[in-house]
Amino acid sequence: MHFDMAITGFVALYIFMLAAFGGWVIIGNVPAILHTPLMSGSNFVHGIVVIGGIMALLNASTVTEQIIGFFAVLLGAGNAAGGYAVTDRMLAMFKTSGQQPVRILHARHPAKKS
Amino acid sequence: MYPTIAHLITGAADLIAAFLFMYGLKRMSSPVSAPSGIRLAGYGMLLAVTASFLNVFTVDAAAKPHLWINLALAIVALLLGASAAWFKGRSVAMTEMPQMVAIYNGLGGGAAGAIAAVELFGNKTHGTGQLVVTLLGGLIGAISMSGSVIAWAKLDEVLKKPMRFPGQRLVNALVLIASLAIGGYIVVIAQTGATPLLPIASVLWIFFGTTLLFGILMTLPIGGADMPVVISIYNAATGLAVGLDGYVMQEPALMIAGMVVGAAGTLLTLLMAKAMNRSVSNVLFSNFGEASTKKLS
Repeated sequence: MHFDMAITGFVALYIFMLAAFGGWVIIGNVPAILHTPLMSGSNFVHGIVVIGGIMALLNASTVTEQIIGFFAVLLGAGNAAGGYAVTDRMLAMFKTSGQQPVRILHARHPAKKS
Repeated sequence: MYPTIAHLITGAADLIAAFLFMYGLKRMSSPVSAPSGIRLAGYGMLLAVTASFLNVFTVDAAAKPHLWINLALAIVALLLGASAAWFKGRSVAMTEMPQMVAIYNGLGGGAAGAIAAVELFGNKTHGTGQLVVTLLGGLIGAISMSGSVIAWAKLDEVLKKPMRFPGQRLVNALVLIASLAIGGYIVVIAQTGATPLLPIASVLWIFFGTTLLFGILMTLPIGGADMPVVISIYNAATGLAVGLDGYVMQEPALMIAGMVVGAAGTLLTLLMAKAMNRSVSNVLFSNFGEASTKKLS
């Protein structure tokens, strides 16, 4: 049995289309105060690039590839770890009181009213 | 035997991670559930990164002799990058958060660009389609990296004034056209098998050089007040570059996470620009970062 996938042509386009649609819908109703934390959160999510770096580095066979691959993992790991640390600190501010978030929920983004 | 099991485990881990990223982002878009959202996405990241080391069982034949060195390099880079960014992110003042997001986004863009570079320098792309996608991923990643670094410098007040000169937009357009033309030239060389004017490695260096230069030039004229919107644009761009790299590496978790961030980042950019009563093209191209405040006063 084979568990590896070959993603080519239209399969790739379908994945991209559905993922893009998913991302658009998921963010759809976000209140304005969450813009910056959510930007930070999505910044953390694309830190997954570190996996691509690890795969590229493991498959490196020349010194040039090894050096560039090393930087790919270094930078990607920085993106993931730093993105998490910063987002977690931002979102921790929403935890303080039980009342505040409820009020915030009703304060809709001005752009949404039109 | 080992490759099959490794594929099964990494495949399952990537699937769970992709789900956790989307579910985590969904929870992050409401203030009540937001703190748990980032935690879920964090678990997904840990799982996917740990599982990705199982790729040692499935490396290319050419890379087999270097496997132990590569593995050691990967672990050192992972620990070094993660711990440095983690401690910086934990210790920095709360008011400096926006520039931290900018710099971490720049790191991600750089990583995406570097992955594309490894594939290009190692001549590992199969077919014209994959070559074009790799070049595009490298282009977007590199622009996002240099642009984010400039955005960080502006927010951190390393660069205090927007840099503008006459004919700037023309110069920017020419630099972008130049890097696109070099990318096209690389595709033509690969397709026709013609001998390039310079060694192909030099052509690639020039390609990444002009691309990085464009990111810098594009961000320099924008005022510091507009930086959050600009960072959001680069965030979406990095997501897109990661998605394209995911296609090149045949890694669905990267494709999905990258594309989700690409779309979510685009929508966030539009919402942020709307909240400032500006259009995105106005932020990017009209050099109004200061002119608009002048009008108000």
